[in-house]
Amino acid sequence: MFSSLFDTTFSANDLWFMLKGAGVTLMLTFWAVLGGTLLGVVFGVVRAISPWWVNAPLGAVLDVFRSIPLLIQLVVANSFKTIIGIHWSPFTVGCVVLALYMSAYCTEIVRSGFLAVPTTTRRAARSLGLSWRQDLTEIVFPIAMRVALPSWIGLTLGVMKDTAMVWWIGVVELLRSSQVIVTRIQEPLFVLSIAGLIYFLMSFPIARLGARLEKRWREND
Amino acid sequence: MSIEIQDVHKAFGSLEVVKGVTMTVEKGEVVSIIGGSGSGKSTLLMCINGLEPINSGRILVDGTDVHGRGTDLNKLRRKIGIVFQQWNAFPHLTVLENVMLAPRKVLGKSKAEAEAIAVEKLARVGLSEKIAVYPSKLSGGQQQRMAIARALAMSPDYMLFDEVTSALDPQLVGEVLDTMRLLSSEGMTMIVVTHEIAFAREVSNRVAFFHKGRIHEIGPPAQVIGNPREPETIDFLKSVL
Repeated sequence: MFSSLFDTTFSANDLWFMLKGAGVTLMLTFWAVLGGTLLGVVFGVVRAISPWWVNAPLGAVLDVFRSIPLLIQLVVANSFKTIIGIHWSPFTVGCVVLALYMSAYCTEIVRSGFLAVPTTTRRAARSLGLSWRQDLTEIVFPIAMRVALPSWIGLTLGVMKDTAMVWWIGVVELLRSSQVIVTRIQEPLFVLSIAGLIYFLMSFPIARLGARLEKRWREND
Repeated sequence: MSIEIQDVHKAFGSLEVVKGVTMTVEKGEVVSIIGGSGSGKSTLLMCINGLEPINSGRILVDGTDVHGRGTDLNKLRRKIGIVFQQWNAFPHLTVLENVMLAPRKVLGKSKAEAEAIAVEKLARVGLSEKIAVYPSKLSGGQQQRMAIARALAMSPDYMLFDEVTSALDPQLVGEVLDTMRLLSSEGMTMIVVTHEIAFAREVSNRVAFFHKGRIHEIGPPAQVIGNPREPETIDFLKSVL
């Protein structure tokens, strides 16, 4: 234990420590994107179809999440939790705040995708006897998804990098674990390059998947 | 078995576009509706299958009040096919899937049954070779024929056509009209809103001339197109022929 504290070279243990941090980053991203997307789809559809007196207040609330820096949201939520006596771990707070943050952006992506489906196409669907719900599931969602995918991929990658901010409320994720090692071995450039490489390796598959889906769909349009 | 339109009024906001239209289309009849832009003819079609609500009057399809309380519009629409000016292909589905969708989801047919129906209807409109491609690979005329096949797949009793050739390049109009000729020769009941006066004259049992939201003149094509009585009809025909 003490020997490793004074060891100033990058060891396999350090890499393992960073990979564990990367695991936390992935879990944060997973929950944030899952929660944010589900909420975003619900809010986005509500915003697309509801009258102004539902739309305007919902839009205003979501604007709060889009306008205040994520860091402030995290710190405020973490303090607020203590004040009202909810016993959530910092990890849970991070997931919830990130999910709400993502949902605010996802709402607009879903809404614009939804509204990109021409009214005439939806009329054609209804004229064939499809119900309102079938029109949504068979026509609107598949078309809207193709419109929204590139923005959604971009948002997901953005949120993955934004997870680094939960460091401030005490979660040891990839960036925080890198910082711990930097403090000990005093090689910031080297350690942060490795951290950057790990971030890249986590983002790359998502970006590739998005590009592939986009290409396949474009060939049909 | 008929479509009965009884003193129908329809307004968009303060603009009344259909101002008291009454007419009956019997099963087996082909009725063409001609008239200038904004004369309310397309709007009337949308009202017939309940895509647009009406302000007053009544539309009965086989005795069912289209706009009545408790009318199951999704069910009623199974027997009324409609083809639009914009062909409205579902871009994420292949030609075959476009036609299969409603039989599967609305009529609850199995995949095999729906496919058999779709293959047959696509053959009738001459698209057998295109069933596996996506609509974006089709010409406008082909997309419009696909839209006709899609409506026919529900085995409707009535077909409504809303200026289906207006958005097509001139050289593609013929193939769509041919498909409609085929349908009328098979005895399909059709209401055709069109600017193709020669076509209307050829296939229709009756022609209705719409002017300012009303039926101005209605009768056999030889009369309304061949020998119109009203000055407005004469002016309109002069402008389009």
